[in-house]
Amino acid sequence: MEETPQDRSLHIDSLIDDPSVSIMVCTGAGGVGKTTTAAAIALRAAQRGRHVCVLTIDPARRLAQAMGLTELDNTPREVEVVNGAGSLHAMMLDMKRTFDEVVEAHADPERAAQILENPFYQALSSSFAGTQEYMAMEKLGQLHAQDDAPWDLIIVDTPPSRSALDFLDAPARLGSFLDGRFIRILTAPARGAGRGLGRLAAAGFGIFTGVLGKILGAQVLADVGTFVAAIDTTFGGFRERADKTFELLQQDSTRFLVIAAPEPDAMREASYFVDRLRSENMPLGGLIVNRVQAVDRDVMTAETALAAAERLAHDEGEQVLTSRLLTLHADRLRIRERQHHVTERFTGAHPGVALAQVPALAEDVHDLDGLEEVGELLALGRPV
Amino acid sequence: MTQALWPGVSLHVVSGKGGTGKTTVAAALAMALARDGRRTLLMEVEGRQGIAQLFDVPPLPYEERKVAVAPGGGEVWALAVDPEDALLDYLEIFYNLRRAGSALRRMGAVDFATTIAPGLRDVLLTGKACEVVRRSEKQEPNAYDAVVLDAPPTGRITRFLNVNSEVSGLAKVGPIRNHADLVMSVIASPRTAVHLVTLLEEMPIQETLDGVQELRQAALPVGGVFVNMTRPPQLTDPEIDMALAGSLPVGEIEAEIVHAGLTSDVSTIVEILTREGRDHAQRVQLERREVERLDHLDLPVLQLPYVADGIDLSSLYELAGDLSDQGAR
Repeated sequence: MEETPQDRSLHIDSLIDDPSVSIMVCTGAGGVGKTTTAAAIALRAAQRGRHVCVLTIDPARRLAQAMGLTELDNTPREVEVVNGAGSLHAMMLDMKRTFDEVVEAHADPERAAQILENPFYQALSSSFAGTQEYMAMEKLGQLHAQDDAPWDLIIVDTPPSRSALDFLDAPARLGSFLDGRFIRILTAPARGAGRGLGRLAAAGFGIFTGVLGKILGAQVLADVGTFVAAIDTTFGGFRERADKTFELLQQDSTRFLVIAAPEPDAMREASYFVDRLRSENMPLGGLIVNRVQAVDRDVMTAETALAAAERLAHDEGEQVLTSRLLTLHADRLRIRERQHHVTERFTGAHPGVALAQVPALAEDVHDLDGLEEVGELLALGRPV
Repeated sequence: MTQALWPGVSLHVVSGKGGTGKTTVAAALAMALARDGRRTLLMEVEGRQGIAQLFDVPPLPYEERKVAVAPGGGEVWALAVDPEDALLDYLEIFYNLRRAGSALRRMGAVDFATTIAPGLRDVLLTGKACEVVRRSEKQEPNAYDAVVLDAPPTGRITRFLNVNSEVSGLAKVGPIRNHADLVMSVIASPRTAVHLVTLLEEMPIQETLDGVQELRQAALPVGGVFVNMTRPPQLTDPEIDMALAGSLPVGEIEAEIVHAGLTSDVSTIVEILTREGRDHAQRVQLERREVERLDHLDLPVLQLPYVADGIDLSSLYELAGDLSDQGAR
């Protein structure tokens, strides 16, 4: 395997040690180890003297326990860090609660109660596709804006979306939905539905409310109307809030870390995401490839190993321990070769992107020692 | 050959944690069920065009298309369901409103409607699957022997399928409610089986256990667990025990390496091989522990091998064959 040139390596410690970096966002396709990576970087940063807050979305139960994330009160809790020069806080996002808190913080108690009880609000805050992404952004904004915060670095894990891009798009989608034309018209029937839309569109709108009413029932439309009216007068446009967080992510103090596994689908997703970040002027820290097949040292090729295994099996008249071990070794070399090709395709298309590779671990990580080990491997930047 | 696992089931819903190969398993199952002259429909609902990628065909429209021929002359058809189109379908079938529908679409109103009511979106998607399933009972043309639905991931599957409770918060009476009832009469019946795809790793297994529990609590029929990307042990059981205990016979390995004609770096090779043997044994042990956790679910567990070079049509045929052999017929 070729040497990776120095300038193409992602040095996580340099990022961690750079005091101007105050936000790191870990993103990537589902199932590539985002949460573990975010937690491992957080722990390492705390040990290197940063004061860190890590926002996780959906950690595995045992990892959550190891980080003390048993109390679901939607606020960061301090995690005991051994050998820590800094400190570590951790929290798990509760999307409904975060939404409720936004409402409570911006409306007087009576109006807040009215919103929270609204059936449409309840559906929106617990099941709208994109609420989780939006609330992750909202929480990030809050953690960042907190004045007396004991942290100077926030690390965010992103929701397990079907596409990594949802994280960037969902807040704007929810924002534009809530600020959208239809919802405004719907909430102002007194002004005459469809006024200003033109006659044709107004006719269409009449059909639209009619059909919606038929399918959903008039009550649903009324609930939506009440909700939007209540939420609109209490705090500024949703889109505006989403835009603000979007801007925060464009600042120099933010770094995106795209996480992938050395498989075509995950790398394709990473590719899309890197392009998207570039077009949105969002600062990319680099690509972290998890689960890379490590091979200790190159002493023979896969072909040599297989030929030797066959010779041995032939002479012995059957497979023996060593022929099986040689076949195993050949498999590993081949897997590594394939992963190498997949990764090369990415770096070929994105020559400027810094890259770190983390070897596949024998077992899942569920304690701080395990996270520390992942952090060390990540800092090494390539499989040993 | 084993017995057929799901006789009488005509709707197979395939879910699983992200990254476990849900779409691949759904496609292989559709192909297995199409063997020997049968006809199956593979449906996707998440707008990903995963089926088209898998079968290497252009993006699927909202229209049933034949994508593959199964062994023995069967046919696999595919359909990408889009909530907008499903809503227009629904409007046409129940209200004869297609023309109004396309005007609504131009205005972005359909998107709006499916957005304000996520339950509506789900009932339209599952509704389409049920419409196809019911064709065979009604002896309509274009009927299929089985429908395989590539469904949303485990975390959302119960909510997705349990349209009744989703819609009940939305509409207590009225046409959409009736529609939901009709959908539930298919989904919560023995005609349906919900399958979960997993890998032999801790998190996907845990999610599978949680998912099965959730589905059962919602009285939805669970079919089986598909363990994807399995790699058989390459060492014998006694060798695995030795490797775990750190007692692989180093002298014997060294002699065999020399015998095999590898004469330089012998001690390094021995060191590497024994370490890799131990890693492998650890993984096998871990996987056995994880697969045991599935035991008490009392469900059929089907295994699909890891395909090294990516999934293409020929590997799909092989996977389908593996599934047929294990009773997916």
